[in-house]
Amino acid sequence: MGKTLYQKVWDAHTVGTLGDGRTQLFIGTHLIHEVTSPQAFGMIRDLGLQVKYPHRTFATVDHIVPTVDQDAPADPLAAEMMDALRRNADDFGVTYFDLGSGKQGIVHVVGPEQGITQPGTTIACGDSHTATHGAFGAIAFGIGTTQVRDVLATQTIAMESLKVRLIKVDGPLKPGVYAKDVALDIIRRLGANGGIGYAYEYGGSTFDNFSMEERMTVCNMSIEGGARCGYVNPDEKTFAFLKGRPYAPGEDEWDAAIERWQSFASDPDADYDDLIEIDAADIEPTVTWGISPDQGISISETIPDPAEAGSEALRASYREALDYMQLPGGTPIKGVKIDVAFIGSCTNGRLRDFREAARFLKGHRVAPGVKAIAVPGSQITAVQCEQEGLDRIFEEAGFEWRAAGCSMCLAMNPDKLVGDQVCASSSNRNFKGRQGSPIGRTLLMSPVMVCAAAVKGEVADAREVFEVDGSDSAVA
Amino acid sequence: MALDKITSITGTAVHLPGADIDTDRIIPARYLKCVTFDDLADKHFHDVRYDPEGNATGHPLDDPRFKGASIMLSGPNFGCGSSREHAPQAIYRSGFRAIIAESFAEIFFGNSTTLGMPCLSASREDIDALGAVIGNAPATEVTIDLEAMEVTCGETRFAITMPGSARHALTAGRWDPIQELLDNEGQITAAGEALPYV
Ligand code: SF4
Repeated sequence: MGKTLYQKVWDAHTVGTLGDGRTQLFIGTHLIHEVTSPQAFGMIRDLGLQVKYPHRTFATVDHIVPTVDQDAPADPLAAEMMDALRRNADDFGVTYFDLGSGKQGIVHVVGPEQGITQPGTTIACGDSHTATHGAFGAIAFGIGTTQVRDVLATQTIAMESLKVRLIKVDGPLKPGVYAKDVALDIIRRLGANGGIGYAYEYGGSTFDNFSMEERMTVCNMSIEGGARCGYVNPDEKTFAFLKGRPYAPGEDEWDAAIERWQSFASDPDADYDDLIEIDAADIEPTVTWGISPDQGISISETIPDPAEAGSEALRASYREALDYMQLPGGTPIKGVKIDVAFIGSCTNGRLRDFREAARFLKGHRVAPGVKAIAVPGSQITAVQCEQEGLDRIFEEAGFEWRAAGCSMCLAMNPDKLVGDQVCASSSNRNFKGRQGSPIGRTLLMSPVMVCAAAVKGEVADAREVFEVDGSDSAVA
Repeated sequence: MALDKITSITGTAVHLPGADIDTDRIIPARYLKCVTFDDLADKHFHDVRYDPEGNATGHPLDDPRFKGASIMLSGPNFGCGSSREHAPQAIYRSGFRAIIAESFAEIFFGNSTTLGMPCLSASREDIDALGAVIGNAPATEVTIDLEAMEVTCGETRFAITMPGSARHALTAGRWDPIQELLDNEGQITAAGEALPYV
């Protein structure tokens, strides 16, 4: 019986078994950001410890960065957090992609962009969307701050092994359907807690044909489905993406690296704990209507009616969601008015996302009264987009083109919803209050669907708004 | 670093029903603007306890009958979402010492265990029954026994579950693994040297 990539990486990184039965797992790459690291550095200072492998630790600043002007004076708390990270990186000899470096950005955009994210490795970060890096065939997961301390001090954590579920998606996606829809569809099918205890391996021809960016979009949202990590086996696309990146192996090590990376891919006869098969043709453009990422429906469906819920528990959760969202059950999602449109985040803030959105947005105008912002995931992404003139397309359409950061994905920088505004968002979470107003409302969807909503001022089917007919077969 | 052996927790309880209670709800992101966890007490569930104008909404956590509760009851997938340790820290610093829910998101579970705050799973029926008991008599003491793996509250008694390694870590006083991790210095270095990319 063969092994999965998960098992191979786990075995290669096992240091030993701890007294309580957990594995002491070696973390090859540690990514840190300003929100979840200061307390951890405080703890290692208190214990008189050092960072064990500073050269395997990489830091950037993303959550609190203002995106109108990155250099604008931050509020005192944000400034304190930035100073703390700068000082900690300095004191402990950690590489820091600071605002002035030209390489700053959302940690899950920066890692792959710098070639730090590599197949067959373990990656940890005090951030639940670390699963993103699994797109490269890494086992990458989010950890808490006390575990950030553990990784800083020992380059290891105590962890229990996961089961592996293969999610196979086969066939071509229909025009106007994107990786984001695949992610939302999987979560809708399996539930927000369906992945507890599992690592997700994504396979099938749909994933084979996906770009690295699309793979990252789906791996990113593994956590919204309850899985701690998700990955795709490394292939030629993975290698091509990494080639020449600053931290990727150089020319003289390249062939050996590829050989090693390939050896980590799941064996054809690998044994999985569970298998889910999805026909790509069944996936539609998907939009969330509630307060949990699994509360999604296709653009042509109606919002569920609590009266028709199958159980009392489901009825209660529908009611709570619809009360919060101020949406009536049993009515179409299409046509729900929006106030804000947001394209960005570690889910959909990469070059291909902006390219694809701009391709359709070109020549259209954001509806009056809608505030629309496009926020590149990193400074490098911003420059790439600007070199292609994408920033101008967004601006001409009425979007604000911003600087790199997490922006309106969460409420730690000046970009926030106000009151009960409704936001069509390319981010990953629609939790109550997620976008900065305790009563703000989030509808998750793909970047192209966000553009359609921005143009119409309401949730709309991008295929109708932009007359997508498939003749010009969409890539992303 | 000698840690307490956590074998049982006794205290009054409060019931927060609902599925998928996420860490943004437990501690809104604006409270993450800090470089220590020191100021998180009483910030737990802030935005559901207070309306945008700052008026109390009458949340169970603010019901005087449940004041001083140290055990929290909830539904499935508790603590889902972000990895922020600020969430269990805020709950712990507000006086809670254990959570009983139908299930837990993994990162939250791990963060809580490392803090010495056990997360126990029980069936919906048992949690609802316990919720009914404390709803009628909020002063009733609840005891969580991590050795027998059961909860007792007056006449009510039911089984709870938790992965064996976490239970062992708590009851043996090993819930914060740092010392053990550090002790294996030699093996860590060997493991690192065996990895060509490190
Ligand atoms: S973009 Fe959003 S989800 Fe991603 S790291 Fe930033 S805050 Fe977290």
